[in-house]
Amino acid sequence: MEILSLVLMSVVAAATPLLFAAIGELVTEKSGVLNLGVEGMMLVGAVVGFAVTASGGGAVLGVSAAAAAGSAMAALFALLTLNLLANQVATGLALTLFGIGLSALVGRGFIGVPLDGLPHLAIPGLSDLPLIGPLIFGQDALVYLSFVAVAAVAWFLTRTRAGLILKAVGENPAAAHRLGHSVLRVRWLAVLFGGAMAGIGGAYLSLAYTPLWAENMTAGRGWIALALVVFATWRPGRVLLGAYLFGGVTIAQLHAQSAGVALPSQFMSMLPYLATILVLVLISRDAARIRLNAPASIGKVFHPGG
Amino acid sequence: MAAEGAFGIRLERRPAPSRAMLLATPPLAVLLTVLAGAILFAAMGFDPLETLRAYFVSPLTSLYGWGELAVKATPLAIIAIGLALGFRGNVWNIGAEGQLTLGAICAGGLALAVYGHEGPWLLPLMMLAGAAGGLAYAAIPAYLRVRFNANEILTSLMLTYVAGLLLSYLVTGPWKDPEGFGFPQSRLFNPEALLPIVLDGTRMHLGAPLALCVVLAGWLVVARTLIGFQIKVVGLTPIAAGYAGFSQARIIWFTLLLSGGLAGLAGAIEVSGPIGQLQPAISPGYGFTAIIVAFLGRLHPVGVLLAALLMALSYLGGEQAQIELGLPLAVTGVFQGMLLFFLLASDFLTHYRVRRTASTPAAAG
Repeated sequence: MEILSLVLMSVVAAATPLLFAAIGELVTEKSGVLNLGVEGMMLVGAVVGFAVTASGGGAVLGVSAAAAAGSAMAALFALLTLNLLANQVATGLALTLFGIGLSALVGRGFIGVPLDGLPHLAIPGLSDLPLIGPLIFGQDALVYLSFVAVAAVAWFLTRTRAGLILKAVGENPAAAHRLGHSVLRVRWLAVLFGGAMAGIGGAYLSLAYTPLWAENMTAGRGWIALALVVFATWRPGRVLLGAYLFGGVTIAQLHAQSAGVALPSQFMSMLPYLATILVLVLISRDAARIRLNAPASIGKVFHPGG
Repeated sequence: MAAEGAFGIRLERRPAPSRAMLLATPPLAVLLTVLAGAILFAAMGFDPLETLRAYFVSPLTSLYGWGELAVKATPLAIIAIGLALGFRGNVWNIGAEGQLTLGAICAGGLALAVYGHEGPWLLPLMMLAGAAGGLAYAAIPAYLRVRFNANEILTSLMLTYVAGLLLSYLVTGPWKDPEGFGFPQSRLFNPEALLPIVLDGTRMHLGAPLALCVVLAGWLVVARTLIGFQIKVVGLTPIAAGYAGFSQARIIWFTLLLSGGLAGLAGAIEVSGPIGQLQPAISPGYGFTAIIVAFLGRLHPVGVLLAALLMALSYLGGEQAQIELGLPLAVTGVFQGMLLFFLLASDFLTHYRVRRTASTPAAAG
């Protein structure tokens, strides 16, 4: 029971950064913008969150700073792709390369600095229940926030007028523009939101998952988050499912390694990446379904009055 | 849109990209990067002029430095030639770093397999093995894209992590140097498995002239072959390409296999050139930097060559500034990222022109 509880807790911890990054990118993509810079935004969020927290700012300020840093990176992307109409694929790649360098630069004084992880919720009685106690009532605040974020995005996209406009902009920006909606403003906001979420996802890695800063510590999670959005066919509920599936794969291979499975550890570590490829293939195989669900204008430059 | 009309200016799409701007913007982006770099250095408490000198001038004050420039530009140019061809056709191979790693594994594995029985035939075979390894590795995203419609950006990138783990397994496990005191690296290759030096007093090896040949071949493909033309058309107007009967699948296969093979060749050159053994890290991100090289070079072979030299200088400068002034090595990555940003931003001038409009700010919106 104790072991099972620990395993499930670690699945939650592994899934949470993916969930944040993917739900943010989902909103960005729904507005018709493909930001491949998630990995870079996560890294900058991770280092800024860690630096602020470790410098005595506290975790709340640290996470807020990470969100702001992620947004700042996203703003750079928005400026280039939305105002200066640069190619989104190239700009997203540039953002990731820049983020890797920048985070290494900012974080060089913080390598090896110890930090306490985020405090876990403790409700007397409830949190002590076997298994479900820690699982439901004993997580850290960001885990709960990630669930709130998914629910809020789902509600926003399906139940609000603003969400409808966002989707309209993603499906047919020219029509939305003619109806008087500012495509530029909607997309800017969607991109900024994506950046903030990626920043928080990064901060979860450096503050809770492994409370330390290491160069390139995201290890491809930003890219996995991008794949998750496709896997989820742009639906928030499925992003949740996908993130926990990947959290499960990550933890399963870690536990298999420590349990002394005969396979070399490197082969086990390949599993999350191979699983990403596998699900991408399974989902993308059905081209019609992708076309039906993907925002129609994704990745395309929009310039009114071209 | 309000935000654009508000200042009394309007953007107008040029009927065709401006050729002048196409050539003028890369130097402009370099200039802006140097300026931004100077500001960054000053903000970090370094003397900007002194740092820029250490970064861009010091590395080239000796013959050895020029040799190093060629050593670093070689893999960048070879990889970027392949990537540029793909980018022209909207095929985004982002996994060159992984294909390079596979090339290094295949070439290095061959050198280790025949250890003690080498001959003059070994080097050409290593180059072939490297190219074949990278090509085979790029065949995976190509197949998944053509057969299953899976995004090649994500699959090729995921495979990069897998390749790194495979190399790590090999050098810590079966291929570890038995006399290596437990270090995670293979034996040092015998001289027959090493590329000869072509310029005395430097580390410049046979890979440099080989890179020039690749650039030339790349130019021939772009300018003189049907497939080069088809790639360009598919990239510019996919619909027209469809009417013309150009097969998209063929272009995906061709560009991915070619860029993968070249990245694998670069991996073979690295292990048989400057490194001389297999170790956990073969490349300081050449596969990713080559993406910047391809764009900076305007996806044109000659541009790629110049851009490769410039990015090679940024690696050398980063190392030099670290030695001379204690600047962190990560600055190189920041520099490279900034350069690509400025380039993409200035690209705007290539495709659009800014026109003043008569309308008052109030009328816009």
